[in-house]
Amino acid sequence: MADQKKKNLTPVQQEYQQLAMRHEPKRPLVRNFFRAFIVGGVICLIGQGITELFIRYFDFTEKTAGNPTVAVLILLSALLTGLGVYDRIAQWAGAGTSVPVTGFANSITSAAIEHRSEGLVLGVGGNMFKLAGSVIVFGVAAAFVIGLIKTLITMGG
Amino acid sequence: MTFLWAFLVGGIICVIGQFLMDVVKLTPAHTMSSLVVAGAVLDGFGLYEPLVQFAGAGATVPITSFGNALVHGAMAEAEQHGVIGVVTGIFEVTSAGISAAIVFGFLMALIFRPKG
Repeated sequence: MADQKKKNLTPVQQEYQQLAMRHEPKRPLVRNFFRAFIVGGVICLIGQGITELFIRYFDFTEKTAGNPTVAVLILLSALLTGLGVYDRIAQWAGAGTSVPVTGFANSITSAAIEHRSEGLVLGVGGNMFKLAGSVIVFGVAAAFVIGLIKTLITMGG
Repeated sequence: MTFLWAFLVGGIICVIGQFLMDVVKLTPAHTMSSLVVAGAVLDGFGLYEPLVQFAGAGATVPITSFGNALVHGAMAEAEQHGVIGVVTGIFEVTSAGISAAIVFGFLMALIFRPKG
């Protein structure tokens, strides 16, 4: 894909791109991986704690406790996003905060808050899934194809 | 013991996400979409459920479990209703996550003002 993009550029533009690439600051990979690992791990640890609570006190089984856990994490993340705390953690943690389901909630909440000034329907309603929409679209499309293939295989076999 | 594995597996999935962003140079949206599709594909081969049993929240909290849950819901309905079930069941399991995200996101937009 990157090569195709290059072909459409004039030679001067290509030169500039190379120049820009040379001067792009090196990303501190080890530091980023470490932070993503720690923060992502801690969020999953909290999730595991919530799961155990649901199993112990609310009669959920290990299988059914996943859904309420996700809902609680989403509530926490939405609240922290509203307070402006989540984005501060996210700046430090990178993918550590965006890969867990809390990052999904964060993208929805922050888009909703950001577009609040454009009104409830056009602003909040219309822009809520601006960032999270791609995840849902590709998730559903992939799940549909996979589900279809699996169903056809079991029906045929 | 599950706590340790939840931490390790969850952390590793996040590192994979960071790898896709920093080394493969995908945008965050591309990274998340790739992870969701990866989760769906893994469940298609029946590989995600063992990971959930092994690592608990380490596998259910990252966004990959969203893809896994979509396939799960589709397959559960498909067992009863065939191909139509794939469409009717796709959101069955993920309903909690999506509903919670919409409801809480909307409430927060009513309460809070943008910062900075």
